Amino acid sequence: MKKFATILAATTLAASAFAGNITVKGSDTLVILAQKWAEVYMGQHPDVKIQVSGGGSGIGLAALQSQTTDLCDASRKAKASEIAGCLKAFGARPTEYKVALDGLSVYVNPENSLKELTVAQVGDIFTGKIKNWKDVGGPDAPITVYSRENSSGTYEFFKEHVLKGKDFAASAQTMPGTAAIVQAVLKDKTSIGYGGAAYGGGSKLLAIKKTDNAPAIEPTEENVLSGTYPIWRHLYVYVNPALDKGEVAAYLNWIRSDDGQKYVKDIGYYPLPKNLRSN
Amino acid sequence: MTPSQPNESRRSHGWMGIHRGHKARPLEWFAEKFIFLVSLSAILMVLLIFLFVAREALPVFFGETNTALVQKPIPPAEMDKHSPAELQAYLDLTPDQFTKMDKATLRDLMAVKVEAQDDIPENFRNDPDAKINTTEWKYLVAPHQWDDYKKPEYIWQPVGQIKKFNIIPLFVGTLKTTLIGLFFAVPLAVGAAIYVSQLARPRVREIVKPVIEMLSGIPSVVVGFFALLVLATVLQTVFHYETRLNAFVAGIALGFAVIPVIFSIAEDALTSVPRTYTQAALALGASRWQTAWQIVLPAALPGVFAATVLGFGRAIGETMIVLMVCSASVMSWSVFDSARSITTTIAAEMAEAVNGGPHYRILFMLGSLLFAATFLSNMAGDFVIHRFKQKLEGKK
Repeated sequence: MKKFATILAATTLAASAFAGNITVKGSDTLVILAQKWAEVYMGQHPDVKIQVSGGGSGIGLAALQSQTTDLCDASRKAKASEIAGCLKAFGARPTEYKVALDGLSVYVNPENSLKELTVAQVGDIFTGKIKNWKDVGGPDAPITVYSRENSSGTYEFFKEHVLKGKDFAASAQTMPGTAAIVQAVLKDKTSIGYGGAAYGGGSKLLAIKKTDNAPAIEPTEENVLSGTYPIWRHLYVYVNPALDKGEVAAYLNWIRSDDGQKYVKDIGYYPLPKNLRSN
Repeated sequence: MTPSQPNESRRSHGWMGIHRGHKARPLEWFAEKFIFLVSLSAILMVLLIFLFVAREALPVFFGETNTALVQKPIPPAEMDKHSPAELQAYLDLTPDQFTKMDKATLRDLMAVKVEAQDDIPENFRNDPDAKINTTEWKYLVAPHQWDDYKKPEYIWQPVGQIKKFNIIPLFVGTLKTTLIGLFFAVPLAVGAAIYVSQLARPRVREIVKPVIEMLSGIPSVVVGFFALLVLATVLQTVFHYETRLNAFVAGIALGFAVIPVIFSIAEDALTSVPRTYTQAALALGASRWQTAWQIVLPAALPGVFAATVLGFGRAIGETMIVLMVCSASVMSWSVFDSARSITTTIAAEMAEAVNGGPHYRILFMLGSLLFAATFLSNMAGDFVIHRFKQKLEGKK
């Protein structure tokens, strides 16, 4: 088994050492953007081949540890156990690059009269503490909660930052993707869901207040970029520092350059402000 | 294996001097052994799969996993105060990894452990649950009053600061969807089988039978998709329940997947009842309906029962339909509440579970429990069928 693993690692290392072949794996949130980047970059550099695949942030980080991928996309920070895994596998911490910003919006059905919620109210709705829309100023109807599968980086981010680490309500329906949540929210008049602002097509995106007295902020580009919209996150790329040279380093630099960042908005995320680009 | 005529065998020399009928030809011998090996490999594969699943799950059964959130880390500076064996156990390293690692990497690894403890949010540090190893059996099967909950509850929340792995909601969810599926599918499938095998005209049978069996060719993901978008809405407008996606919708959709399985086996069983039974009944003046219901169905009951057991196995193992339609791990026996089945849980969470971590082990344990459940139900089915047969044949 071990022998097999070493052979596998050796062949993948050999494959990635081959002139300008870069494999990228990880977050489903980032996969469309990563594909767009790869497409454009390959157009500009015909001798470079970039293979992009998804699966989830955790899958990407596992692949980084088993050295079956060069770059790993992640929609959350690497956990301590994953960094420890990298240390065990190649004796170094993975280098972390922030590559884009994402604002998470809260979706409701377009027929819902509600316009805004505070972060605490959103948290209480998703933990099941608030069960009826009338408790937050909406119509008198029970709330149906849609959430993501717990394998999603978005789920973990939402749980940690909006629910403050508390559990999602047991009755929260878990959906396999953000698009599925939007689909369900559109069918279900009393429902609520969350996900990237880019996916919200057709549903109503609620304005979010940081505290009771704070102004309600719409999840628009300028509000996310200025940091006034309260629910946002970084999107990351992780790389084994030993591989971060030559073609890979050039690609990573390009992603974070003006040229690379201008494609971020096409996909529905937000480009990194200049001051965040240098690591 | 009939012995050939002695006269004939003495005259013929057969292929390569070996007499036909006495011994197999070398080619046949090879073919026989090859087929034997092939069938053996199938059995071996099943055994290997089971051994693999059991091996991955064993640490949970033996209580070797620990998920306590707050643990006292060893500062990297005190590295030299501890023996290599202690360090190796503390850092979860194999002896091989440990010997290969230089001091700087070890120190880094220890620093990561300290960072992990520092990363714990303040409100969790003093949480009484933070010191609990949540993979102990009492937390896996019994309700526990977690901090922040008003009463002891069964909670499946495997991702987060305090990981809660209670498997009871998953078992309830699995049983709920499976039973609804069977209650829906068995009467329909057995009824259709009786109609097709006993009552229908041959022309009708030739159309109906293949059409029902074609149902089994529909990929379950398509059934799931249909249930998610169409069936859920239709059923909600009919029954007016609150949660649009619930165990009821999943059960009905499961029924669609199970009907062809039950139908084709039950139909076979009904058709293979000796024609003399039917003829005798009809000759005694029974109507066709009486014959089908009172003579043929009881005679074919073992087969119908076997069909139901197989349908149960198909329903309990079905993943995609339940995954797409409902997946909230709520602890409730109400059919109009959501449910999360074991297969759904494994399929949805395995990809993100840290390899070898507690979550990963628990998912494997769920897999082995599911295996045991289907194995036992098949055994019980077999036993009952045997008893039925003996009874019908008048041996007992």
